[in-house]
Amino acid sequence: MTLFDFLQRLLGRQKPSGTMAKERLQLVLAHDRSDLNPELLEQMRREILEVVQRYVEIDIEEGDVSLETEDRVTALVANLPIRRARPLPALVAAAAAVGMAEKPPAEDPPAFALPHPPEEEAEREPD
Amino acid sequence: MDAVTSAPARIILICSGKGGVGKTTLTANLGIALARLGERTVVLDADFGLRNLDLLLGLENRIVYTAQEVLAETCRLDQALVKHKQEPNLALLPAGNPRMLEWLTPEDMQKIVAMVAERSDFVLIDCPAGIEDGFKNAAAAAREAIVITTPEVSAVRDADRVIGLLNTRGVEPVQLVLNRVRPKMMASQEMLGVEDVTDILALPLVGLVVEDEQVIVSTNRGEPLTLNGNGSPAARAYQNIARRLRGEDVPMEDPSKQRRGLRARLMNRIRKTTGLI
Repeated sequence: MTLFDFLQRLLGRQKPSGTMAKERLQLVLAHDRSDLNPELLEQMRREILEVVQRYVEIDIEEGDVSLETEDRVTALVANLPIRRARPLPALVAAAAAVGMAEKPPAEDPPAFALPHPPEEEAEREPD
Repeated sequence: MDAVTSAPARIILICSGKGGVGKTTLTANLGIALARLGERTVVLDADFGLRNLDLLLGLENRIVYTAQEVLAETCRLDQALVKHKQEPNLALLPAGNPRMLEWLTPEDMQKIVAMVAERSDFVLIDCPAGIEDGFKNAAAAAREAIVITTPEVSAVRDADRVIGLLNTRGVEPVQLVLNRVRPKMMASQEMLGVEDVTDILALPLVGLVVEDEQVIVSTNRGEPLTLNGNGSPAARAYQNIARRLRGEDVPMEDPSKQRRGLRARLMNRIRKTTGLI
């Protein structure tokens, strides 16, 4: 570890490389084990979001669909913060267009929203 | 050991996926260590394209026949088995000649391993790197396996692929050896930790080998560390793996408590100056 690295870590700007190695491995192994390439995963993510969006209004920017793996079992984990439920099927299109622009999620977190994904999870996008 | 075989031989595949992580070194050292514990042991070099096990054991000039000739019935098995000079319980069997690359099939492997197993307690198969035909041949006859890896992303990823293949083949148990551990780097979290690797690969740990310069020295000499490098941390680690394989309850080494190389260096100095030990 160089002095620069040490200072970076002291300031909390950089994780130790061992931790980064573990995180990168967990991600890449989840893909290896499931035989899903990043493109297929991205396509699946989009389709899942489309279906979910028909029923609830979700925050697409914050939404995260990823593969996670523990004890050689791989799971598809979707973390989709819900802004609000769709009132009526007929209002779907209008609500989506107007509602999103009016209400940024940070100011008005709905009571029934799913737990917000932890920061680390949100960063993880399939590469 | 007497000639009566009571239990069937343990047939253990030693594999890693990635090359250069220490398969052959482990096979050689484990072979010597097991033989020293009184087990009749045969090490089989399944990497016949690029064979190296003979070199690590210092037996490179004594190979006349290989498994290939045994299967073709141009020689007897005991003619092809190369006995170790200092450790008569250990014999090496090269799978084939580097010049003839396309003879071995999984069936051939099963045949030759069955022949060897009849007269041994342990058969260690040194698997070639990769997950293609070489691996499939080597794995064909294995009952159990040791996966060896280092705390590096590429080695762990490749080990994971191999573990997946072993699982689908029903090889059981599969145990893990973590090689080239650098305690200092682990302590400062600049290297994957022991638990990180065992968590990710979900395998029981059978050995932990710290990075040890003596491994290079022993390779140069063609004398595995377990033969006479008793002061070295890696030698002790290999001996412990052998004992654990036999079912002994040996506590796992704590890498943070090992003074790397200090005692080994001292022993080496004494050895060099006096010519003893």
